[in-house]
Amino acid sequence: MANFLQQVVSGLATGGIYGSLALAIVLIYRATRVINFAQGEMGMFAAFIALWLIDSGWPYWAAFFATLGLAFVGGVLVERVVIRPVERAPVVTVVIVTVGLLIGLNGAAFWIWGGDTRAFPSAFSTRAIHVGGVAFSIQDFGVIGVSLGAVALLFLFFRFTKLGLAMRAAALNPEASRLVGVRVGWMLALGWGFASVLGAVAAMMVAPTIFLDPNMMRPVLLYAIAAAILGGLESPIGAVLGGLILGVGLNLISTYVDFVGDALKLPVAFVVILAVLLVKPTGLFGRATVRRV
Amino acid sequence: MAALLELDNVEARYGATKALHGISLTLDDGSIVAVLGANGAGKTTTLRAVSGTVRRSGEILFDGRRLGRRGPEAVARLGIAHVPEGRGTFAELSVKENLRLGAYTQRPQAFKADYSRVLNLFPWMLDREGQQAGTLSGGEQQMLALARALMQRPRLLLLDEPSLGLAPGLVTDIFRIVRELNEKEGLSVLVVEQNAAVALETAERAYVLEVGRVVVTGASDELRRNESVRRSYLGY
Repeated sequence: MANFLQQVVSGLATGGIYGSLALAIVLIYRATRVINFAQGEMGMFAAFIALWLIDSGWPYWAAFFATLGLAFVGGVLVERVVIRPVERAPVVTVVIVTVGLLIGLNGAAFWIWGGDTRAFPSAFSTRAIHVGGVAFSIQDFGVIGVSLGAVALLFLFFRFTKLGLAMRAAALNPEASRLVGVRVGWMLALGWGFASVLGAVAAMMVAPTIFLDPNMMRPVLLYAIAAAILGGLESPIGAVLGGLILGVGLNLISTYVDFVGDALKLPVAFVVILAVLLVKPTGLFGRATVRRV
Repeated sequence: MAALLELDNVEARYGATKALHGISLTLDDGSIVAVLGANGAGKTTTLRAVSGTVRRSGEILFDGRRLGRRGPEAVARLGIAHVPEGRGTFAELSVKENLRLGAYTQRPQAFKADYSRVLNLFPWMLDREGQQAGTLSGGEQQMLALARALMQRPRLLLLDEPSLGLAPGLVTDIFRIVRELNEKEGLSVLVVEQNAAVALETAERAYVLEVGRVVVTGASDELRRNESVRRSYLGY
């Protein structure tokens, strides 16, 4: 039982990371019908910048928030410079551009920082706390708090602010949004900015466990895509819950199903993608919109 | 009266297809003008040329200012609200969210007053603030689209086929509200209609289009009295 609870909590920690990256993917997908394959690489790049700031003597949280600011600006710039020119192109073209961006950022990180694996500091102690005889890691709770906190802030922003409403409207119905004076192009750019912030949070939270190197986010992105598809690519809440379900599920499977272990975790995520697409393509929480004609 | 909107030799095209072949039209400040004609005559395109949702050339003046290459976002900010044909609403959002979006370009402090003013015109919306717009009936969606446009505090309202698919009673309601707004608040309206009889009752002047050109224009009374115009262009 103790082991089970430990595995659930550490599953929630990784699941929160998958969920926040999955939410980043859903944000951009809803607005543009494109899966941004560079989402993980953008986060990796941000984590390298964070480490560089920390190594230059910045306190962890100062570096953390400065990195989020830079990630936001970076996300907006990527949309304006790289995505805008292909805005009206077919979806496949835009997807290929994001793949190009993935390769470009990966190459740039190798070129600037080299391919060595580096340790990344954690904001939280790796000590254990004991609750009712079960030992939990403080780091797991910290990671859950930060990733779900970022997600919650974003939900509040979309739900309760005028700008958040305009961003939702721009994604749902760009034509009608323009007619009420919403600058749709800028809403898309802001969306990329927020997605980039979520990716940076995910990367900085996962880096202490899987270490920092230019390829670190590849598997995380795959899990995040699986989580997004599981939750329904259209549903922000689904993406987060999908991430948590996947994180906990994979952790339990690799603990209790002997032949899976750690080695087969990634293929299991792939099976999840396939199964959802075959059985229920709208995912667990995606729904067709009610529309009376 | 001064002209609020002037179109001079306006052309518009969808890709390679020309939809307007040089339209000229004048709308006086505080008046209601109807654009009539058969399907494909260019009525909707005329409104879209004004709001900037179609590529256009020629000159459009609003309140003495050239619209030039302004896109729909910029045109909306000048005080022109366009209620497009059919669905001008955000189906996935609630009634209140639709109205908040209408007020997007307004100061936040003005929202409360503007909102209650709109609820006065459409009292049923009060109980249904939270309802998803896509689940409203056709008539309710049309009213919501109109209400959303009013939240923009426009000087000029562009109304595209407000009667489309609505029961006659509802059509009367919507036109009554438009007339009221025009009389009480001086709202100017450019309305496109298939239903010429209703439109001519409301508008002071009308332009009849045929394949992207103005073929007849005049005061509504004259057009209604003119038998040959009625038969050949208005179909009633």
